[in-house]
Parts: sequence; C-alpha cells; structure tokens
Amino acid sequence: MHSQIDKTGIRIGMWLFLYSEIILFGGLFVLYAAYFHRYPEYFADGGKELNRIIGSANTLVLLISSFTVAASITAIQRNAKKKAVGFLLFSLLCGVIFLVNKYFEWGAKIHHDIYPNSETLVNGEPGISIFFSLYYVITGLHGLHVIIGMVLLSVSLVCILSGKVTAERFSLLDNSGLYWHLVDLIWIFVFPLFYLVL
Amino acid sequence: MTETQSFYTISAPPGMHGIKAWLLTHDHKRLGLMYLAAVLFWFFVALFLGLMLRTELMSQGKTIMEPELYNSVFTLHGVIMVFLFVIPAIPAIFGNFLLPIQLGTDDVFFPRLNLFSWYLFMFGGLFALISLFWGEGFPDTGWTFYVPFSVEVDTNVGLTVTAAFILGMSSMLTGLNFVTTFHRKRHKDMGLMQIPLFTWSLYATAWVQILATPVISITFVLVILERFLSIGLFDPDKGGDPLLYQHLFWMYSHPAVYIMILPGMGVISEIIPVFSRKSIFGYKAIVWSSMGIAVAGSLVWAHHMYTSGMSDVSVFIFSLLTFLVAIPSAVKVFSWVATMYKGSIEMTPPLLLSLIFIYLFSVGGLTGLVLGAVGPDIHVHDTHFVVSHFHFVMFGGTGFAFFAALHFWWPKMFGIMYKFKYAYVGSILAGIGFLFHYVPMLILGMQGMPRRYYDYLPQYETGNFLAGIGAYIMCLGIVIMFVNLALSFRKRVVAPADPWGGTTLEWKVPSPPPVHNFIEDPILPDFPYDFSGITDSVTENTDERV
Repeated sequence: MHSQIDKTGIRIGMWLFLYSEIILFGGLFVLYAAYFHRYPEYFADGGKELNRIIGSANTLVLLISSFTVAASITAIQRNAKKKAVGFLLFSLLCGVIFLVNKYFEWGAKIHHDIYPNSETLVNGEPGISIFFSLYYVITGLHGLHVIIGMVLLSVSLVCILSGKVTAERFSLLDNSGLYWHLVDLIWIFVFPLFYLVL
Repeated sequence: MTETQSFYTISAPPGMHGIKAWLLTHDHKRLGLMYLAAVLFWFFVALFLGLMLRTELMSQGKTIMEPELYNSVFTLHGVIMVFLFVIPAIPAIFGNFLLPIQLGTDDVFFPRLNLFSWYLFMFGGLFALISLFWGEGFPDTGWTFYVPFSVEVDTNVGLTVTAAFILGMSSMLTGLNFVTTFHRKRHKDMGLMQIPLFTWSLYATAWVQILATPVISITFVLVILERFLSIGLFDPDKGGDPLLYQHLFWMYSHPAVYIMILPGMGVISEIIPVFSRKSIFGYKAIVWSSMGIAVAGSLVWAHHMYTSGMSDVSVFIFSLLTFLVAIPSAVKVFSWVATMYKGSIEMTPPLLLSLIFIYLFSVGGLTGLVLGAVGPDIHVHDTHFVVSHFHFVMFGGTGFAFFAALHFWWPKMFGIMYKFKYAYVGSILAGIGFLFHYVPMLILGMQGMPRRYYDYLPQYETGNFLAGIGAYIMCLGIVIMFVNLALSFRKRVVAPADPWGGTTLEWKVPSPPPVHNFIEDPILPDFPYDFSGITDSVTENTDERV
C-alpha cells in the first residue's frame, strides 16, 4: 500500500534497535555503579593503571570518525559519490586505528599479568580485580561493537560503489552512520568511567 | 466481494513454490503459522516433561526417575515453557497473523526482519536441543540460572544460556517490528482510540520486549564469560556479588512476566465483547491499563528477592510497587465482567475458555498479592505456593488465553470450523484438571513443601498424589482439544469470513485472508466494538448444531 519508501519508519526501527543496544550496555553500567559504590578507592587506583594518553587519543579518533561518517552521509545526499567514499574510507581507517590502540593497551595489560583470573588479580585486592573485570568486559563488548560498526560501514561502502546507495536511497548508509555514532557515544561514557575515574 | 485466492495459494514475494514459498516467505500470515508449528511442538514437549515431573512426585522416593534427571527435567520444562512457549506463543503466532490485519495494512513494517526473527527462534530451539545431547547434558540449575551454581556446575549451562540469548533477540526484534508497524503502517484513517485492543496489548508488550530483553542478554553474556574466563563479577572470592546477578536477571525476567500475560489479556478483550454482542466496557481504561502494566511492571523485579538479603527499605518499596501493578490488572478483569453484564451472551468454545481464563487469572492475581506482601512471602517463599501461583497466571492465564485465541481465530487462519462439542469437553476437562492440579499445590506450599525438591516428607504425599491425578485430567483435556482442532482438517466445514459476528478488521476479510489482506481499501468503523449491525447468532452463521 505504501509505494514510497518510508524513510522515517526505517529510522524509527533503527532508533529502537539502538535503544536496545544502550540497554545492553546499561546492564553493565549498573554493575559498574554498584561496584564503584562498594570499592571507590580501588577503582581510583585501577584507573591510574590505565594509559590516559592512549585513551584520549582513541576518544579523539572516534569523534573524528563520527564526523566523517556524518560528512559522508551529507555527501551522498548531494550526489558527491567520490567524496562520500573518501569520507567512509577515512572513518574505517579511524576504526582500525582505534582497534590497534586497543590491541596494544590490552596487550600491555596482559603482559603485566592483569587480566581476569590472573595471578596478580586473584591474589590482589578484590576491588582491583572487579575494576579490571569490568574494564575487560565493557571495553571488550565495545570493541566488538566497533567491529560490527566497521562491517556495517564497509557494506555501505560497497553499496555506494555498486550504486545501491544513492542520493535517493541512502537509508543503509544513514543507519550504519547512526550505529557508528552509537559506538562513539558509548565510548564517551566508557572513557571517563575507566580512564578519568578519581 | 470478488472471488479471491488465499495466502496459501499465492506466495509473497511472488513466484515461489512448495517449501521455498514457506521458508523464504515475507508474508506475516505464513510466518505466524510457522511459529504456530514450532511453538506447538515445544509446548507438547514441555507439557510431557511437566507431566513426568508430577508423576515422579506422586509418591515418596523414586517413582520413575533419578534425582539428577529430575533436576534436569524441571529445568528443561521451565526453559522451554518460558522461552519457547509462553513468551512467543501469542505475540509471535497471533500477533504476526493479526496485527497487520487489525491495523488495516498488508504486512509488518520489516517483513524480512520478521523472517529473520523466525530463524533466530528456530536456531535458539536448535541450540536447546543440542545442549540436551552434547557434553555433560542439560543444566540442572532451574530456568533462573542463579549463580554461583550455574557457574560451577559441569552441565551445558553455556549452550543453554546462548539459546536463551538468541531467543531473546528474536523476541526483541519482533517487538521492534510491531512498534514500527503500529506507528508507520496503521491505516491512515485509524486514530489511536480506534485500534483493536489486541493490537494495543501487543504494542504495550512490544515496548516491554524492547526495554527489558537486552538486560537478560547482557546477563547471560556475563554468565558465559564467568564460566569460561572466571571474570569474578558474581564471585564473592573475587569481590563480586551474586545478588547483583539476581537483580539483573529479574530486571528482565519480571517484565517478561508481562510480556507473557499482556497479549493474553488482549485476546480476552477481543473475545468477550464479540460473544456478549456488546461494546467493550471501558475501552480507554483497558488501553491505559495495558500501558500502565508495561510501565509499573518494569519496576517491581526485586519482589523475587525478599529473602535474598536486601535492605528493609528496598523490600518495602518493591512491595508497594508490586501492589500498584495489581490495580491495572484488576481494571481489566472488572471491564471484562462489566462487558458481559446485560450483554446478549452466546456460549462458544472461545468464550468458555475466556471465562476459565478470568477465573484462573483472578486466583493467580490474588495469590500474587499474598506473595507481594512481605510478611506472608517470607512464609511461603520458594514453596509450592509460588509454583502454583505462577502457574495460575502463566498457564491458567496465558495458556488458556492461547487456547481461546486458537479457537477464536482458527476459522480465520485455516478457513475451517471445528466441532464445538469436543472443544467444550476438552476445555472443561482442562479447566477442572487445572484446579485439581494446582489447588493442592497452594495448600502444600502453605504447609511448607519447598519447590524443586525431588523428595518430601510423608505428610505431603496426599497433596502430591492428588495434584498428579489433576495433571492427568488436565493433559487429557488439552489433548482432546488439540485432536479436535486437528480433525477439523479432515472433515472440512468451510468457515465464512465472519463466523462469530466480530467487528474488528480481520473479520471483514475472507477466511483465510488473501495475500495482501485487503482486496479493497477497508472501511473503518468509528469504534472497533460497535455491534449494532450484528444480528445473526453464531450458530446460524456456522451451521454448528450442538
């Protein structure tokens, strides 16, 4: 009955899905709140172990990539296919940089025997152990979302190149963009909770 | 009306044949029937398991199974009934089939996502099946998967929890689809207060599905991580707190109770006015109470945890909130009864099942208040009283609403009528058996018999024996009901478009409906429950001579 594509409807569906993603992380933030209430000083100690420079760099990288994704959507609306592709490629590059940083961060921690169920944590203070368990679970789940987001952006990229996403039909890119913003948004909350906790 | 072909003969998307037309369909009606097949399979498996449990409990000591098997069987019974029957039964089957028709449109908003949800549902079921026969066998934790037991035990908790995760995903995506359909695909002339109550209840349910399901998803992810990486978030040795697991678990699983009951209430709100030939009493009150239950029901989870060691203040607050949920539920019961008052009531199997629903659901609701109050709850916590209470609501409520829906919309879905006589016999046996089955459990619980125990003290033997007899009567009734429905395929009595004299849009289209539901743009009544034009009785309409 609706011959026209209902872009608003597709967006509503996507927003509902993003909402469920926020609730997914919400469960973890509830755990964070409860344990922060119980072990405030250990959380502060744990936070000092994390590298704020890498954390800030990653925040910056994600923020920039969010901008370039938005720019790519505007570009496709104005029929500037080449620009749209360029911006998307840059966003994907940002995603890769983020993951590489994360890899080195995790690698260094694991090298220092700080990972769930490691000797150091098991024999150390429970508050520190909880802090790092939450750190690994939340940043791990977030990293997974970064990867999912990159897959979505790549699919959109392929669709732009093959002409399936155009100035008239850009819902796929639009929704992938929304997902990418969500990934960014969650990181905006994760970053202070772990790196800047006092 | 011109002669049309039903959705059975034309596929959507067009040009597909045979099994492919089903497995790759985008048609919400075919998906509804595919859910029906899968859900019924699981229902009978879990019904059989439940019957075996009660058989085991009929006498003291070992009757038919060993304790380990007993533990796995009650877990399996719970997991299947909750995740594969009660939650999907009404929304996934009847919601899929009817929501678009009641909204006057041709399909749900995301038809392909709908198909995907069905595959997720099947995969979830498959995972549950695999976990039965692989590794250390099915979990014996109970469907609640409480830590620390669920983390330490060797059985296949990981796989089963993954199955529940996938099923949750399927349920959430169905909810997402319904909310979007409700807002974007509703007939342009249909105002909010012209929407049938069944669709309203599905809308409220869909919100709870979207709101609450991700919480259980993350909780299950944490259980899996806890098992494989010992992250220690629920392990006191490592600074974790098992109580937080319970909070997270019930933050979903209590709202899930409303995912289970709200659609059932919607079904009853459709059936009662049709057979009372009278407009539903308090349409707006029912709409608002659905939304009220959805909101208030999300805030009461910790009433499962009075004895877990919460502060007195939390216990008090959650008790108060629990009492508040009773109000919108009571509003509905009152409205149904008031609808029948001075109506021109005509008895049919769907109506009989709805009446059984009202009775059983009321008992379930009132025993719920006993549990919601802190004092009595401490006494009956984790006893058979609780088991009986939630079976009154889940089975006496949602289960019987499901049977009622099946009998009400059977002619619409398959275009054939069933024999009333056997439907009555089956319903009455099921209803009476139900009471004989669960009332003794209420008493056993008050006397102090714990739930989930393999064995019991001699004084509980009479009650357990009687409950077992009741279970067999109930199952006999259910089998008669379903055999009767199945036999309707053999001697096909063709059903007219509107056998009952219903007024909502699904009764304005042929039975079974054509592939795009409406041949011409539907004419919307000002109010969905206006019976002024319905003068025929049901028996005249259906040639049913009982």
